[in-house]
Amino acid sequence: MGLKIIVLAKQVPDTRNVGPDAMTPEGTVNRAALPAVFNPEDLNALEQALRLKDANPGSTITMLTMGLPKAAEVLKEGLYRGADEGVLITDRALGGADTLATSYTLAQAIKKVGDYDIILCGRQAIDGDTAQVGPQVAEKLGLTQITYTEEIISIDKEAKKIVAKRHIDGGVETVEGPLPIVVTVNGSAAPCRTRNVKLVWKNKNAEFPAWGAADIEADPMQIGKAGSPTNVKAVKSIVFKAKENKTLTSSDADIEGLIVELMESNTIG
Amino acid sequence: MEHPLMKRIVELKERNYADYGQYDYAPKDFEDAMDNYDKLLDITGDINANIIGPNSEDVDAEGPHCENGRVRYASKTYENLDATIKAGLCGMTMPRRYEGLNLPNVVYTAANEIIAEGDAGFENIWSLQDCIETLYEFGDEDQRRRYIPRVCAGETMSMDLTEPDAGSDLQSVMLKATYSEEDKCWYLNGVKRFITNGDADIHLVLARSIEGTKDGRGLSMFIYDKRNGGVNVRRIENKLGIHGSPTCELVYKNAKAELCGSEKLGLIKYVMGLMNGARLGIASQSVGAEQAAYEEAINYALDRKQFGKEIINFPAVYDMIARIKAKLDAGRSLLYMTARYVDIYKCLDDISKERSLTPEERAEFKKYSKMADAFTPLAKGMNSEFANESAYDSIQVHGGSGFMLEYKCQRVYRDARIMSIYEGTTQLQTVAAIRYITSGFYEGIINEYAQEPVAAEYAPYAERIAAMFEKLKACTAKAKEPANQEFLDLCSRHLYEMTAYVIMSHLLLQDVQRNADLFKKSLVVFMNYAESKVEEHCNYITKLDVDQLDAYRQE
Repeated sequence: MGLKIIVLAKQVPDTRNVGPDAMTPEGTVNRAALPAVFNPEDLNALEQALRLKDANPGSTITMLTMGLPKAAEVLKEGLYRGADEGVLITDRALGGADTLATSYTLAQAIKKVGDYDIILCGRQAIDGDTAQVGPQVAEKLGLTQITYTEEIISIDKEAKKIVAKRHIDGGVETVEGPLPIVVTVNGSAAPCRTRNVKLVWKNKNAEFPAWGAADIEADPMQIGKAGSPTNVKAVKSIVFKAKENKTLTSSDADIEGLIVELMESNTIG
Repeated sequence: MEHPLMKRIVELKERNYADYGQYDYAPKDFEDAMDNYDKLLDITGDINANIIGPNSEDVDAEGPHCENGRVRYASKTYENLDATIKAGLCGMTMPRRYEGLNLPNVVYTAANEIIAEGDAGFENIWSLQDCIETLYEFGDEDQRRRYIPRVCAGETMSMDLTEPDAGSDLQSVMLKATYSEEDKCWYLNGVKRFITNGDADIHLVLARSIEGTKDGRGLSMFIYDKRNGGVNVRRIENKLGIHGSPTCELVYKNAKAELCGSEKLGLIKYVMGLMNGARLGIASQSVGAEQAAYEEAINYALDRKQFGKEIINFPAVYDMIARIKAKLDAGRSLLYMTARYVDIYKCLDDISKERSLTPEERAEFKKYSKMADAFTPLAKGMNSEFANESAYDSIQVHGGSGFMLEYKCQRVYRDARIMSIYEGTTQLQTVAAIRYITSGFYEGIINEYAQEPVAAEYAPYAERIAAMFEKLKACTAKAKEPANQEFLDLCSRHLYEMTAYVIMSHLLLQDVQRNADLFKKSLVVFMNYAESKVEEHCNYITKLDVDQLDAYRQE
């Protein structure tokens, strides 16, 4: 039986080409100054989706991306590899979103899509490196999540069951979960296949529906800057030096001391 | 791709864009088609740079295995195949009604060159899909419907021609084809040798179907489908190069097969068509090898320092690289001109099966079919020799390091060695070309090229080419004059090369006027080189005499 698959993808600045103007004075990423690419781990997620589609005839893949209109390029890249459709979530009101506002927005868009068995996305994006959006989307939709996934071993739509291998420190673990589910895919999973000639020729002029905040019935206070409690204080380039290493014991005093130190330096808190 | 003939080629191949609207991946006009071709070559380049190229060293080291009568490719060959299939680089020239990409030969040739640059051995496996052209051309509609979509979906092919006692001389093929009235099918029995990708899914087989015959007239072409069984791989050859490509000895034991086309035309008609396509394939494989030799040489020379500077600054080094590059540009021009001629005549031939050609089209078909026939041996022979020379020079640029197996240049050198041998040795390309030399056919083409307008700044080059041409004409007259076939044969390689240098010089002169930035340096270098080669051959023929034949004959 065919699966309804949703893939969340993000267009990210290519952090391999960071220049002096990579950040805005406000401390957010200056997207205009950097070449935009398909977030690498989202490509790993797309490959898992394509494999599910190959193995389950009749499956469809819908890609969702939130961003500027040119983020539609990642949707096109998805079609070039075998995705069936894409939706661009774009609105000035969505600008400046942190992970909380982003996951809320994506969850609202997923609700609008409605029918799905599995939502796949990359573990994290190379611009923010937070790895929070996938898990937060799952939370907001009330779904189970499997993170750090390397391979989906089996999926059974009838029994509403999925088995996946996830990457853990020093090895892998095999876990089972219910459908529908959110799966975040690790960079160590299979790389995404290349574009397909016929699909490129067919879709090179493809256009995508664009959903704004109103289309997904989003609460204005939970999206964009307004919905983002995160504030970037400063961005610094820190080079670690060997003499800065510290060895701490597992005593409460040492751990407390570290927490205080990290809070004082605004690293956490 | 920017050549003026391209418009005509695409218009013919696309039947004035009749597929648009009927197939969602068909182009709507010339610009759209050209954009599609660019995108296809981008994908090919991407796969070459990220998968085939990086895999090539492991594939070369591992090679294929023969297990229980089957071939198991080197493990990374499967990755390469998977990538080309997923990218849809299959059934490249086949019409869309059989699920093909309907590409002109020119574009297929370019993709082929790119893949050969990454791994010439893998290119063999991939490019054998081209055999489907022969099945498309000569098979019946039922066979086309059954086999072409399979190749478009990525199944591989082989052409099973040579045998232990039938290499260059295919008339001696002995593999036996017997028709069973009871089963209403043919059975093949015997042995084939040196079969590239011999465990392919679909084979085209040359076999003797008329009992008691001894020459080419008793040979027919058959299709063998691996799904039916009956052919086993006895061994895989241990070769100097192209390790990725399994060269097999095959044993046919009552292998069920079907006739392709008519009986008795196997060698005389079908294999000749098959071979011309295969020769163009090897010409593009050779250009891919020349490109690889060039890249390896220049990258090493830019990086390697001796005597306090990068070795690319030394005239002795940059001279070698300049010649590799000049030959590459000239050879590539010859390759694509040949591919264009092939395109026009093949498209018209195909159209003639749908409707009768107009008198103008018939004349066009005749002209280009002969041009393609005359240019194919030049493109194959010259480029395969250039590939060898350039691979040799590329190692020389590397010095001692080039002799070490860690460097790619040595693999290019080993891989290139077969290119001037298989699908007809350079000596046989000369045989194929000589009749066009003596008949004055090339002379006519060169005269036509000489009529093309030349910008004032390039006029001196045109004069130099004209001078080379005069030498070629004088030498041709000298070789023909004694009316002695053996003497003419002895001169033929020299005349062949002189002809090729004159034609390549003309093509480069045309190229430079379309794109000076790309070709200016190569024109300068190539003209110097071509002139010295023409002079060398001219000197040889001038000194050669019928009375000297005995000194050449070996006992």
